[in-house]
Amino acid sequence: MYQCTNASPSRGGSVYFAPMLAYIIRRLLYAVPILLGVNLITFVLFFVVNSPDDMARMQLGIKRVTPEAIQKWKAERGYDQPLIWNATAVGSAGMAHLTETVFFNKSMRMFAGDFGRADDGRDIASEIKHRAWPSLAIAVPTFILGLGVAIAFALLLVFFRATRLDFFGVVLCVAMMSISGLFYIIGGQWLVAKVWHWVPISGYATGLTAAKFLVLPVFIGVIAGLGASARWYRTIFLEEITRDYVRTARAKGASESAVLFRHVLRNAMIPILTGVVAVIPTLFMGSLLTESFFGIPGLGSYTIEAINAQDFAVVRAMVFIGSVLYILGLLATDISYTLADPRVSLK
Amino acid sequence: MSLPFQVVVLWSDALFFGLITAVVMLGMCTRRQAPLRQSWARVASDKVAMVSATILAAFLFVGVLDSLHYRAQLDAVPGQAVAQKINYAVEVNSLLDVLLAPLRLHPEKTYSAPLATHLFSKEPLPGSIERGFPRLAWGGGHLGKALEHRTIDIVQRSALGAAGGLLLWLMLVSAMRLRFNRHNHVIDSAEKIPNGTQSAGAGNAARKTSRRAASHAAMLTLLVLFLIMGITMALGSGYHVLGTDKVGQDVLYLSLKSIRTGLLIGTLTTLVMLPMAVLLGILAGYLGGWVDDVIQYLYTTLNSIPGVLLIAAAVLMMQVVIDTHPDWFATSAERADARLLALCLILGMTSWTGLARLLRGETLKLRELEFVQAARAFGVSHFAIMQRHILPNLMHIVLIALVMDFSGLVLAEAVLSYVGVGVDPATISFGTMINAARMELARDPMVWWSLAAAFTFMFILVLAANLLTDAVRDAFDPRTAA
Repeated sequence: MYQCTNASPSRGGSVYFAPMLAYIIRRLLYAVPILLGVNLITFVLFFVVNSPDDMARMQLGIKRVTPEAIQKWKAERGYDQPLIWNATAVGSAGMAHLTETVFFNKSMRMFAGDFGRADDGRDIASEIKHRAWPSLAIAVPTFILGLGVAIAFALLLVFFRATRLDFFGVVLCVAMMSISGLFYIIGGQWLVAKVWHWVPISGYATGLTAAKFLVLPVFIGVIAGLGASARWYRTIFLEEITRDYVRTARAKGASESAVLFRHVLRNAMIPILTGVVAVIPTLFMGSLLTESFFGIPGLGSYTIEAINAQDFAVVRAMVFIGSVLYILGLLATDISYTLADPRVSLK
Repeated sequence: MSLPFQVVVLWSDALFFGLITAVVMLGMCTRRQAPLRQSWARVASDKVAMVSATILAAFLFVGVLDSLHYRAQLDAVPGQAVAQKINYAVEVNSLLDVLLAPLRLHPEKTYSAPLATHLFSKEPLPGSIERGFPRLAWGGGHLGKALEHRTIDIVQRSALGAAGGLLLWLMLVSAMRLRFNRHNHVIDSAEKIPNGTQSAGAGNAARKTSRRAASHAAMLTLLVLFLIMGITMALGSGYHVLGTDKVGQDVLYLSLKSIRTGLLIGTLTTLVMLPMAVLLGILAGYLGGWVDDVIQYLYTTLNSIPGVLLIAAAVLMMQVVIDTHPDWFATSAERADARLLALCLILGMTSWTGLARLLRGETLKLRELEFVQAARAFGVSHFAIMQRHILPNLMHIVLIALVMDFSGLVLAEAVLSYVGVGVDPATISFGTMINAARMELARDPMVWWSLAAAFTFMFILVLAANLLTDAVRDAFDPRTAA
């Protein structure tokens, strides 16, 4: 998708942005077949492996369920149409064969932002709009702080590379990676909220009072992700530190810290940033575990509740949104390459 | 012939043993190839790697014991003495269950602390109106009324167990030393002839010392494991070593049973994803063109669905299938087993994409190398090139990916079971243990031992796997291998 060229550094703004725009549009068009594929997979999972009849029986209880009750359940939720091809439909130009089906009404409508209703009758789209904010309130600070702390820790290890501190730092990273995420949450809640009484154990509020509910989940999120990311950044830094320009900088007499901060850090930011950009859109989805443990009414806990209640409409909607955000993340990664590294140009 | 039991081979057992056999056979094959043997020798001379490998072997041993299943024969009903048909218990047990029978068959009423003699919560005492902590049925039951001897008893049992463990270890070590010495002698005499130069001899000597140090570390680890085993066994015959959970089950028993589930998920999943990832990755990279486009489209699509949600959706669906076909499974163990396998299948379907992408990229590079070009010029078929020239050069990536995936999968199982889309609730696993104990820290006074046991066992397993991964990667990755 991108290509290295020796483009001249004096590119004008219009020369620079026109191909970029064309590239973005083309990538967005590429996304359509992928989303169609996602839809098809979820459709097969939800409707073909288990027919709507099975779902109705599951929801109404396996035994003692009359065919009428199943029909009523399906009609209420719009599952009473044929799955993918409606042979009996009459409409203009035969399109009704395709449109009056479960696949069109349940899966294709999601492209227009119409997610239908959850089993409790609430509109999924508006629910998602409301719940995205608490998710972001946790995910964004966790992301930014986590990135900062991990980079700082990795830099520290690289500064003291091949010493005891470095060795024990790496061992600490591996140990932290080996601890279950559940332990961080359960242990953190117990220690900080129950033993020390610093913050409430769980809950959520709007406005500034939300801060006291957010501190602990954000802190735990940062700690839980530290081991893996710090180790990863350390290898990036170490790879960068063997380059020629670093030797040149040292030969000029630059101090070790100047080499690290002025040269290595800046160049290592290219792989780090481009690796991290893909995550940014998915921050909307929230974290399943954190939100459900801390009782935060975000999209993560919404998903968990839907899974536990076997609310297929909500799970389907979340799968679709997650895929859209992932594809946006891929696009953002490619664009960030060109912005961070002038040697890369989009084709 | 009538055995007092009926051997039950669950599907997961068969696959697990098949996998172990395959790994052993692969190991035999690699012994013949010098570069691979050299890489393994590097792993074997790494202290941390050998310690981790020893610990993993212990976990594997427990897992294997727990994979030998049987159904006990029921005692004949007195009235039907002539009945020809032998009835077997519905319950499927494993060899580990037999070994841990004292733990399994002596449940308490509810929570009790590690090594306790009394229940954890106050209850109306029998024969009086007061509330107190009732005595445990099993924990310290042998002490009778002489409760003041508990500490002495624990110390005595620990010492006895430690002595037993030490003795067993000494026997094992001397047996191994006998074998090892003979083996070493053969190697020494074999190596004396070709070693002409001084430097190669010095390098060999250095390697031999580091290897010896590594094997000493492994032996010490084994000693620690034997001591722990001895002490636990001695204490376990009279107490609940790690306490009991809410329904009075022994926590140590649950933890040991969880190991098999974790191992199965970590290994069988890779069994599912490996053929797919290797085949599709090589095909996409080697053939290019529309095949590449289709395969890339396939894994981008699968990748773009958030992993947990795809797993959740698939597990929910599977649940409906299993619930609507109760007649498929003879015992509840078989149903739980089917669900475990299905989970591995689903995890495998979602996790092959990363490896496939790596292999595709590497194949793209290999395809242009001279030896592949030469093979093509000689008219070797595409299939033969992929099999003989590309695949062997990708094996280090495959191996590293496999070992790396293992620890991630063990951790993922706990999270998935917590979310409710993991293993069958009847299957004992770290996830179900944590899920059952999630509220226990909030109790007052709190119950910490179930969570602590589950997290500690999981931590040791994953840490050992991670450390071994590091060593394997350093030894096999051509960029880091010297």
